Amino acid sequence: MTELQAERGGDLSAPPIDVKSKRLRYIDLLIAIAAFAVLASLPFLFSSKALLDFVIRCAAFGLFATSLNLLVGYTGMISFGHGMFFGLGAYGFGLIMQRTGVPVPVAFLGTLVLTAVVATAIGAICVRLKEIYFAFVTLAFQMLIHSIILSWVSLTGGDQGLRGGIPRPKFLGIDPTNHIHLYIMSCALLVIGLLLMRQIAQSPFGYTLRMIRDNASRASFIGIDVWRAKLTIFVLSSLFASTGGIIMCLFVSGAYPEFAYWTISGEGIFINLLGGVTTFLGPMVGTVLLLTLNDTVTRLTEHYGIVLGIVILFFAIGLRKGLMDFAVEWYEARRGDKERAP
Amino acid sequence: MLEVQNLCKSFGGVKAADDITLNFTDGSLTAVIGPNGAGKSTFFNLITGALKPDSGRILLDGVDMVGRSPPDIARHGIGRAFQVASIFPSLTVHETMLAAVGADQRRAGILHRRFPLAETRDRAEYAMELLGLANKRNRTAATLSHGDQKLLDIALALVLDPQLLLLDEPTAGMGTEERWRMIDKVRELWEREKISVVFIEHDMDIVFKIAPEIVVLCYGRILATGTPDAIRQNPAVIEAYLGTDHHAEAI
Repeated sequence: MTELQAERGGDLSAPPIDVKSKRLRYIDLLIAIAAFAVLASLPFLFSSKALLDFVIRCAAFGLFATSLNLLVGYTGMISFGHGMFFGLGAYGFGLIMQRTGVPVPVAFLGTLVLTAVVATAIGAICVRLKEIYFAFVTLAFQMLIHSIILSWVSLTGGDQGLRGGIPRPKFLGIDPTNHIHLYIMSCALLVIGLLLMRQIAQSPFGYTLRMIRDNASRASFIGIDVWRAKLTIFVLSSLFASTGGIIMCLFVSGAYPEFAYWTISGEGIFINLLGGVTTFLGPMVGTVLLLTLNDTVTRLTEHYGIVLGIVILFFAIGLRKGLMDFAVEWYEARRGDKERAP
Repeated sequence: MLEVQNLCKSFGGVKAADDITLNFTDGSLTAVIGPNGAGKSTFFNLITGALKPDSGRILLDGVDMVGRSPPDIARHGIGRAFQVASIFPSLTVHETMLAAVGADQRRAGILHRRFPLAETRDRAEYAMELLGLANKRNRTAATLSHGDQKLLDIALALVLDPQLLLLDEPTAGMGTEERWRMIDKVRELWEREKISVVFIEHDMDIVFKIAPEIVVLCYGRILATGTPDAIRQNPAVIEAYLGTDHHAEAI
């Protein structure tokens, strides 16, 4: 084939990809606005305070779990210590508010800066490691941060946590002590956070991450600095985990060592198992699933661990995938059937 | 353009590269042959930065590549394909090409725009056409046939617009007919792209037929270099490598 033909063939068959990708971006934005509208209207439709509390917790854990999926699902870095950034967000924000009395947005940004610094330092050590070593060393750093929180009693209150309430002054007309205001703010943070993470996942950088997940060595031979890309996503995802922690801190008006304990990382992994890591919204579905399970099972039985264990075994061994993965495959299979049918 | 000077590399007591000095000129097509364990793949790994030489220099247009990282060397214009096709299994052919072009254009870190970038389209298209993968663009790489995976691997090296293309056994694991198709493709690429190509090959028929230059490696040393005719008549080569009954026919 001559070069001329090659060019012509390209023009005929290639979709106008720049137009297409722009359109997809608007679709994401529309979905986000619609989701926010639905969430924001809930307090006016239902008077249940428990429902709003549930959504706020979903926002905190959803941001945390989705940010973990940027590492696990998109980059293939299985972190067992991602919960440290959740705890760091809660403690960082709580401490800044208690000690300095700055406005909420300043404390929010300050916490993100603090998280970024810590994540860069820890990431610089961890991301060079492969698979199981990466998992264990991130876990070790989590335990380190947890024991610092426990032992630095004068700053963190030790095993009692940050007590006495977190001051939550009004800002920009928002009153975080008002339940509905706090609820709307959490929803806004969730939607904006998800939208930003979606952009990361669908950006050229997001595809660089997929290449690293698939074949890191090949990626380096086409000129990709694997270490730098891994560190970048490690830090970026820590920021969203930290935002989840900040929401949690505002919600309970405190911070407790459990927020930085390894079980939080474990829950993040469970959520990703339940929801699935091959779709962007999988972890969000997993979050709703796990929190619902949590609430119903603890009400019915004290053997919470056994029930949760069975559910996770069912997903891991029975389905061998998360709920969203399963749903997507089912939908595609059905669509395939329809197309084949005359 | 690529000068390798006194390159040495040992693994324990084994010398995988023993004082290798070679010169690949602009636009050359060179075959590297040698028995198993001769250090052929090690030689490629040294040039591309996957291994660090114990001593020696590797000059690409006069710039020393020794001590640089693989991505850095790739960006200097040395592309490689692997003996076992090294691809991104979960990406489609089209995505693979677009992402690789993006990486070459130093756009792999862009966060504020959507994949794929419009400016990567033409080169990706060109590379797919060149290797006959355009009609399989929407196939996931893992589902491609063995031969197409090898082609995709080569396409990945080619979209970087390399000055030097290193192909580690492009015909590995292929049947006779497929081998010839692949090697014709390699020759076509070399002629069209006007780049230097170095390839490792086991099949003597192929080597003697298409490579104007041959390098014979044995136990990490260069046994001989030269044209097919010179290699055929080289007594050291005949004794060490070609002297078996099987290969006598080829000569």
